[in-house]
This record gives sequence, structure tokens and C-alpha cells, in this order.
Amino acid sequence: MPKKSKEKIIFKSVKDMPPLAVSLYTMDYNKTGSWRNIRPIINYEKCIYCMTCWKFCPEPAIKAEKFKEDGKEKYKPVIDYKYCKGCGICWTECPVEGAITTEEEAE
Amino acid sequence: MRKVLIGNHALSFGAKLARAQVIAAYPITPQTEVVELLSEMCASGELDAKFIKVESEHSAMAACIGASAAGARTFTATSAQGLALMHEVLHWAVGARTPVVMGNINRAMGPPWSIWTEQNDSLSQRDTGWMQVYAQNNQEVLDSVIQAYKVAEKVKLPAMVVLAAYVLSHTSETVDIPEQEKIDEFLPHFELEYKIDPEEPHAFGGLTGSDGYFELRYQINKAMEESINLWEEVGSEFGRNFDREYGLVETYKIDDAKELIISSATIASTARSAIDYLREQGKKVGLLRIRVFRPFPSDKVKPIINSMDKAIVIDRNISFGASGIFYQEVKAACYNQKNKPPIFGVITGLGGRDVGKKDIIDIYEDVMKQDEVKSDIIWKGVRV
Repeated sequence: MPKKSKEKIIFKSVKDMPPLAVSLYTMDYNKTGSWRNIRPIINYEKCIYCMTCWKFCPEPAIKAEKFKEDGKEKYKPVIDYKYCKGCGICWTECPVEGAITTEEEAE
Repeated sequence: MRKVLIGNHALSFGAKLARAQVIAAYPITPQTEVVELLSEMCASGELDAKFIKVESEHSAMAACIGASAAGARTFTATSAQGLALMHEVLHWAVGARTPVVMGNINRAMGPPWSIWTEQNDSLSQRDTGWMQVYAQNNQEVLDSVIQAYKVAEKVKLPAMVVLAAYVLSHTSETVDIPEQEKIDEFLPHFELEYKIDPEEPHAFGGLTGSDGYFELRYQINKAMEESINLWEEVGSEFGRNFDREYGLVETYKIDDAKELIISSATIASTARSAIDYLREQGKKVGLLRIRVFRPFPSDKVKPIINSMDKAIVIDRNISFGASGIFYQEVKAACYNQKNKPPIFGVITGLGGRDVGKKDIIDIYEDVMKQDEVKSDIIWKGVRV
């Protein structure tokens, strides 16, 4: 099995190709964030850190980032815009009004 | 060891000797005994395989593809509507290049419900990329399963071993069961280069743009072409090891023949006794049995037909609005040849109507009265 490549592979001949469709790239190559039309933005003043958005995100595009507050370990959601496709599930599921707002992606 | 086996159990013993590791199947008449016996073998521990009960033939094939993609030797069996229900995943097995081996019992398609033999079920899957072998007796059923694995695993294409409902599936014949050690030597454990591996995760069969899909299809056809020689090589190797030789086609009394009967499966088997009778009457007639239908053995068929004055293709199948399906294939193979003889196409035995020695003699004698091909279908035995 070939190791996955970080860059696009262009096959010159069918002889160099695998005989079946098998993923050849890591996600470094396929940054799905470029598909996004609507950008979700987390407003940390309103966010209650419930992590609902992190649970519902269908891609690993919301990461749980560790931080310390009053000596306690806590998690906060951070959107990875390299892979967020803007599907809208996080802002639909968010229980707090205004904690996740949206903006249209500018070209 | 010699045993009296029905054709269905010959399939089961073939899968057992091949040491199939995963078997997934759904029962359908007239296939049931195939997996009935295999499930007993799995339950008793006689066969070390995982038997997966599924809710449909579509799932049976899907389970086989998954197991095969992980590198397991897999087996399933079905018939008629069951094969039709599998259709979508038959394409998947080919595109995923999984060497699944399947037994298919040729049964007429409904409606109206029929359980008797006809080849339209398997021939409807002609363009999926599955290799197809049509057996003429129960010994060949068992032997073909072993050979099918050997070819399939080499070219990474699935293969179907096809037998006639009742004429073989439920008819008892003496079958020689080779020793397990000799089969293990002939058919060793196989390794897939591209397989599901949790240590090295990959997505399989994902979206492929037009920049890659075309080349993948090209490779499937290359593999089919490669398998043409392999069927011959594996068939001779089988002969050297087990004293029964096989090839893409089989001929009978063609050396001095002027006329040729072409057929497949059990009709071809019956045709041999018709030819013996006709030879006694001084007729110079021979037989060409097409054993492997996909890949189609054009290069074998062409020179044999070209040396004849007349050829007759007998089909137990029909492509409505065209003609018999073997007839189309044979004609297409010969079209670009010079000096080809007239090729007559006969359709008979649909829905399992019996085709006996006398029917084949009648077909021969009818065709001998005709100088040219007036129609793509000569109907034999239908009440018009």
C-alpha cells in the first residue's frame, strides 16, 4: 500500500497507477475549507463552552482546545477553517443565541 | 475420493477445498443446498470460515466484497432474481478489484415465476466485468471453483461459476474430490497488494474524477485480456495435477468436420451424443463448447469456425429484439474474418424445456436444408 502523499500526484501512465480507486493523499492536500460559502464565528464572550458544536461537527473541523482557568483544566471549541465547509450544523445546534454567528465568505 | 454429489454440493465442496474464509449468502431455489451444506461445514468446524447470514443477495455480495477487500478468500452463491438483486454490487466487486468467487445456478427470470434453467440471469450480467465459466457436469463445477480462485486472485477480478438448474444443480453424479493437500499446493494463500489495513488507513472507491476513472476502466479490461491466457494455463496446470484438463473452449470431433455445432453448458454436453449419432450416419459434424464466456475466447473460436462450411449456435437464452446471446458473440468474433461460413442461430429450451439428443439432431438436419441465414433466430421447440 502506498504511503499517502501531501502533494498532488500526477500519473504519467496507467502503469504507475494503482488498479483501484484508493485514497492517495493526506488531508494536507485536500483542504475542504475552500468549499465554504458561510463562515461560522464563535463569540467567546457568549460561548458557555458546552462543546455541543464540537460534538455535532460532522468533520474534525471544530477542535477541543485545552486551557486553564482558576487552576482548572477546561476545553473550548476552536474552528479549523482549513477544513470547515460551512455546513451550518454548529450554529444550528448551538444552544446560546449569538454564540456562533455567520458571515458570508468574501472572495 | 469419489463421491456422489448433486451440482450444488459440488460447488460447496469446491469452496471448502479452496478454504474460503468468508461465506455470505441468502437462500434461493435452486441454489439453497450450496450454502446449506457450507453452513453445516462451518458449524461443525470442518471448514474454518466465517458464515455471514444476510437479509438479501445485495448484502451477501456487499459482505463478500468487504471481506475480500480485507484480503479474505470469499464465496457466495445465488440464482436468477438473486443475481439480479446483486447487480449494483457486482459492478462494485469489479471496480474494487476483489477476487470474489460465486456460484450461479442458471434459472429463468420471472415473471412468470420459474425455477427451471435458462441462461438469461447470468448473461444479463455480461458487462459488469465478472468472469464467467459455464460448466457441463458436476465434476467441472467443483474443478472450476478451484480454477476460478486461481485466475481471479491473479488478475484481481471476480469470477462466476455457472451451472444449469436441476440438470446439474439437483442431479447426482460421481465427482472426484481431490486431496486437500494437493489443492493447497495448487491454490496457495493469496495476498492482496491493496487491502483494507487499520494500520495504514485508506479510503477505497472514493470519488474519482474523469482524470482517473478512464484509466481504471482501461486496467479492468487489461486484466480481462490477461485472464484469457490464464484460464488456459490454469486449466492445463489443473490437468497436470488432477488428470482433468480444461480450457477456454472444448472441441469434439472437429478435425475432419465440415459443420460445427456451437453451444455451452449442458446443451453442449448433450450435443456430443447427437454428434456421435450423426457421425454414424456419415455426417461430418463437430462440436465447439464455449466454456469461458467472459473473457470471450475470440481467438480460439475464430479459426475453428473459419475452417467449417456451416456453423450453428444453440442458445438457451435470448436478447429480446436481437437474437441468442452466444450467437451474437460468436458472430461478432467472426465478422472481420475472410471466408467465414454462414452462422445460424437457434434458440431453444427456454424456461427449462428439455433439450434432448433428438432435438439437437433435428436442429442440425433443419439447418442443413438451408443455404443462407434468413433470420437471426431459428426457433426450435416453441409452439408457434
